[in-house]
Amino acid sequence: MAEVTTAEASEEAHATSLGLSNEKLAMWTLLGSECLFFGALISAYLIYYTNYNGQPEISPALFDIPFTSVSTFVLLMSSLGMVLALSAIQRGDDRGFRIWILATAIMGSVFLSGQIYEFTVFVNEGMRLDTSPFTSSFYVMTGFHGIHVTVGVLMLITLWARSMTGKLTSEHSDVVENIGLYWHFVDIVWIVIFTAVYLVPYEQVGA
Amino acid sequence: MNAVPAESPRSSLKILQRPKAETGLWSWITTTDHKKIGVMYFLATMVFFVIAGVEALLLRIQLAVPENDFLSPDVYNQLYTMHGITMVFFVGIPLGASFFNYIMPLQIGARDVAFPRLNAFSFWVFCAAGIFMYSGVLLGGLPNGGWFNYAPLSTTVGPDVSGYTVGGGSAELGTQVHMGRMLLYSIGLQIAGIATLASAINFIVTILNLRAPGMTLMRMPIFVWMTLVVAFLLLFAIPVIGIALWQLMFDVRFGANFFNPAAGGDPVLWQHMFWLFGHPEVYILILPAFGIISEIIPTFSRKPIFGYTAMVFAGVAIGFLGWGVWAHHMFAVGMGPVANTAFALTTMFIAVPTGVKIFNWIGTMWGGKLRLTTAMLFAVGAVAMFTIGGLSGVTHSVVPSNYQQTDSYYVVAHFHYVLFGGLVFGALGGVYYWYPKVTGRLMNETLGRTNFWTLMLGFNLTFGLMHFVGLWGMPRRIDTYAAGFGWDLLNLIITVGAFIIAGSVLLLIINMASSLRRGQIAGDDPWDARTIEWMTSSPPAHYNFKEVPQISARDELWHRKHAVSEQGDYVRVPAGGAGTVVIHDPDTDIHMPDPSFYPALAAVGMPIMGWALFTSGTGMIVLLAVGCVITVGALFAWAFEPMAEEGH
Repeated sequence: MAEVTTAEASEEAHATSLGLSNEKLAMWTLLGSECLFFGALISAYLIYYTNYNGQPEISPALFDIPFTSVSTFVLLMSSLGMVLALSAIQRGDDRGFRIWILATAIMGSVFLSGQIYEFTVFVNEGMRLDTSPFTSSFYVMTGFHGIHVTVGVLMLITLWARSMTGKLTSEHSDVVENIGLYWHFVDIVWIVIFTAVYLVPYEQVGA
Repeated sequence: MNAVPAESPRSSLKILQRPKAETGLWSWITTTDHKKIGVMYFLATMVFFVIAGVEALLLRIQLAVPENDFLSPDVYNQLYTMHGITMVFFVGIPLGASFFNYIMPLQIGARDVAFPRLNAFSFWVFCAAGIFMYSGVLLGGLPNGGWFNYAPLSTTVGPDVSGYTVGGGSAELGTQVHMGRMLLYSIGLQIAGIATLASAINFIVTILNLRAPGMTLMRMPIFVWMTLVVAFLLLFAIPVIGIALWQLMFDVRFGANFFNPAAGGDPVLWQHMFWLFGHPEVYILILPAFGIISEIIPTFSRKPIFGYTAMVFAGVAIGFLGWGVWAHHMFAVGMGPVANTAFALTTMFIAVPTGVKIFNWIGTMWGGKLRLTTAMLFAVGAVAMFTIGGLSGVTHSVVPSNYQQTDSYYVVAHFHYVLFGGLVFGALGGVYYWYPKVTGRLMNETLGRTNFWTLMLGFNLTFGLMHFVGLWGMPRRIDTYAAGFGWDLLNLIITVGAFIIAGSVLLLIINMASSLRRGQIAGDDPWDARTIEWMTSSPPAHYNFKEVPQISARDELWHRKHAVSEQGDYVRVPAGGAGTVVIHDPDTDIHMPDPSFYPALAAVGMPIMGWALFTSGTGMIVLLAVGCVITVGALFAWAFEPMAEEGH
């Protein structure tokens, strides 16, 4: 990921034509692309969420809304952790940064654990990838979101480890900011997915 | 690269040290120089161009006479599929990338792209994708469902390959072979997509952020503008096909039901997603050529481009409208009259900005002092041929007429006029135009003219006649046909035309190879050109410009070469008269990005993960893990590689 190692480099960043660092512009550009990536996944789900391939018992009725609401809440709170971590490193508060970046990574991991648990329960109840278009689109969409969270957690842990070894200081706060942009984006996508999957009422085709 | 590599204290870790080779194979594998990467893109593209060309020749031999048995139906299907895939994904897109890489940073006065290592990564991932795709030769066959690979042909139904060339031909073996071919398609294009997406981000950031002082957006050469539009199109189109490819992969390999009608899936969803990518893709392929043509025509007409602003906005308008026309590929699917009418209208609208461009090129030539060099011939040829393709395109947009033309050779004729006539002619113009900048030597003009006229002849014989066989009812994608439909003679002439094209391409390769040694020395500015890439030496030093030029006008170089006389005319300034170069030792004062092993290494892991899906159980997990460790490990090493003065 974006890694700037010298103070000169971050000063150079201000000499770009737009006045925005290359790394940050690249991150925004990537996130623009990711909108279409998740847009395609969510569209496929919305086309198929009432399509049960003759097995109406495998439907959104299986979803445990209170459970997922809790893990969603944890993921959203991790965005707050990210903001506090960035604020800490910008102030030069390394200890605060380490606490909050680790807390953010842990909250992301809790969300991932919840997703793995949820998938396991669903599979045990007979909801498999190949059951119906509904299940295929559900697993592929939430699975790709989970992979994005995993990548985010890996980056957060890397930031924490670099800070612990003294290689990440307030001079590099823009690295934290860029990874933070990614993290917030992944959270926002989850808000859309959560709404589409768990909160939109469903009705069986032909029922 | 760098005369004085700054030793970072962290480089004590041996594995993270920067490679130092400046010549030889390693210097190319580890390079981060946009010019070397551009050259490598071009050479790789030429290899794929020849492969896809040979595939086309084999197809044409099969179709030369009726009821031919030169190729079996199965081989025929693989060849036409790979011809399309290779020409679109491994020639069209990277050919654009090679020009963008080499020329765009020079035209905006940058020392390199914004992320040089990401740039190298794009190239190596693209190579990995090509190798993965063609590894099918050893793995039971190449994809055979057309480049669009419609479901459910691609997923559940699948062509019955058991009776063809494959082995003893059990149904189970047939299924496996089919699955392998579809995995090559879905994973191969996925990998190529990663390469393209990375370079799109890189080009956008470079153009927006690394312009020389004074190079405002509206002073950028049209070629740079077209690069920007193409990069945005890629940025938004690649994820859409990416998801469709993942869905296809899950359907084929893991039994998901996205496109399986038997389980309630919708095959038309594939078509929508494919063409939502596929139509912007058409503009992704043609806009680089439009950019090249817009550089060549003003130079050889000795006039500034006519209607610069209109040219820029027409390009941007194509970029926007290109998203609203995809379903014109699907008129015959049965979307209903309302959807068909809407897409017919948007399709007719998009002809307007394209027409603006064609009239502006003509306006640029009008009243200019034309010099018909080979580059100019190719540019003018591209405008003429593209116009024919554009006109047959408008006939497709009329729905009732489309019903007659769809899936016939008329469509094949149309898109070859657009892509061969537009993209290949335009790009060859670019080759003749910029070859002296890249190599320092001019290409042979006599050979060049022969190249142009033979290509023009072969091209029109081949694809011009396809209009007729198409309208006379010959369908696409058939491996043979019965005699007596009135297509026999034309098909034979078309095959002859294809071989004339092949001979012409051979002339091009001979010209490029021999001019490398024997070409006339070009000098910095052999064409009396207008844009700043001609201000630096040919070939440019690795730092591009000794002094980053201060830009004060569109066509900066032309303005530096001319001044306003007392009568108000532009008069030529003697060479060296305008601007003084501050003496300056470029090798120590300019810090260029260091080379790196990791972009190439990160690319190695990707096809390994792809091949993993051909196995199952533990073998699959082990291979997936190996590929993942290589790629992720290389990316980590990349992030923490010691750096000299510049960020990557």
